[in-house]
Amino acid sequence: MAKTYFTEDHEWLRVEGGIATVGITNYAQEQLGDLVFVELPEIGKKLSKGDTAVVVESVKAASDVYAPVDGEITEANTSLSSDPSLVNSAATGDGWLWKMRLANESQLEGLLDEAGYKAHIG
Amino acid sequence: MTDDDTRHLPLEDLHTAAGARFGAFAGWSMPLTYPAGVMKEHLHTREHAGLFDISHMKLFEVSGPGATALLNRACPLDAGALDISQSKYTFFLNEAAGVIDDLIVTRLGDERFMVVANAGNAVTDEKHLRALAEDFDAKVDALDCVFLAIQGPEAWAALARAGIETGSLLFMHGIEPRQNWFMSRSGYTGEDGFEIGLPEADARDLVAKLLEDERVLWIGLAARDSLRLEAGLCLHGQDITPEIDPASAGLMWAIPKDVRAAGHFVGADALRAVLERGPAQKRVGLKPEGRQPVRAGAALFDADGNPAGHVATGGFGPSAGHPVAMGYVQTALAKPGTKLFADVRGTKIPIEINPLPFTPHRYRKG
Repeated sequence: MAKTYFTEDHEWLRVEGGIATVGITNYAQEQLGDLVFVELPEIGKKLSKGDTAVVVESVKAASDVYAPVDGEITEANTSLSSDPSLVNSAATGDGWLWKMRLANESQLEGLLDEAGYKAHIG
Repeated sequence: MTDDDTRHLPLEDLHTAAGARFGAFAGWSMPLTYPAGVMKEHLHTREHAGLFDISHMKLFEVSGPGATALLNRACPLDAGALDISQSKYTFFLNEAAGVIDDLIVTRLGDERFMVVANAGNAVTDEKHLRALAEDFDAKVDALDCVFLAIQGPEAWAALARAGIETGSLLFMHGIEPRQNWFMSRSGYTGEDGFEIGLPEADARDLVAKLLEDERVLWIGLAARDSLRLEAGLCLHGQDITPEIDPASAGLMWAIPKDVRAAGHFVGADALRAVLERGPAQKRVGLKPEGRQPVRAGAALFDADGNPAGHVATGGFGPSAGHPVAMGYVQTALAKPGTKLFADVRGTKIPIEINPLPFTPHRYRKG
């Protein structure tokens, strides 16, 4: 069964079978405002925790979205190329950003659960 | 700057009640967006009427027998040639002809003018103007008022419904319709619209009336920026700075020919020298290929990879439907249609010189 984690950088991860689907939280998309472009990662790219994985661009500004854990990109949400506003309308669903194969599942232990994230954003 | 120095709008409570998201701009806490979001706010302004709180901007009244002469010294302007109620876009220049600030000067009477300046430069402007005023028989008063802009094709109708007739007022004209009010038909969105300086109590009354009208929506600073960028209008500090002269900025239309030739304004000699040799760089519109915005600071290159200039303002144009930008390129590359490349995080994005504005101006000129 999939388990969902959160980061203090306002990302969510849904982990199932060693693969994490990653996106930004609803709170984050509200802060960013209307997105007009998402720079997607290359498949196969290896990332360490904290590396920039994706850049999301609103009308006003570009913001980095970091890899929450180590791993390798297995898929990018290409539907965002034609409709970046999916991140605004469905941040935790169809607006997911990328999938990655986890290099070190123990890193998940350092992440927040939903209650912890809610407390973090106050 | 510490939090304590942040200035707050007199109508901040109204913005909070309207659900505004605030951010810092030029030392002020300003509404950036409202719940509708920047995209809808932008499009609403172009289709209906957007209400902006621009009380961070500064109004100066310049008056006295030497007011005209003072402004002719402070700005590349023939203040005496302005009709009463006529407004003019102009500048304070430094001795090197760099733009200290861009302004709108309106003649209110024979010896009375209103000067509207940018928030970020208000302190510098006031100091500059007061220092120059010492040589003239003129008085500079910094006004303390709420300043609202209402912009868009339905702005005039919304004001009429709120009891303010604008019928005979044309673009780039300003009047004093009531005591301690200043209203001009102008703005910074490319649309027909008005800017109104007025006492806080009157402002609260006017805002309440305007917001009863479903054609009127509060619009934040984020959409104000995308609107002015599409309209090809410069933001001081970004597209024009004390290091950039009006010729490089493509703003010589604002300086009458006889003033260029014979004016005694600060920076006149330096500006004439620039005009004589021709500016080395020019401000241009830039249209990136594809969907990815190209932002301020991005370096521009020609087809052979040689440096060509830089982006000064960049973002997305909700009405244009594509990314839009302005920047500076070497004069030889400034022709519309010229293809360049912008470096965005290491990727070269094709970008083309585009005529300005990106969306046509719809001013009410007559």
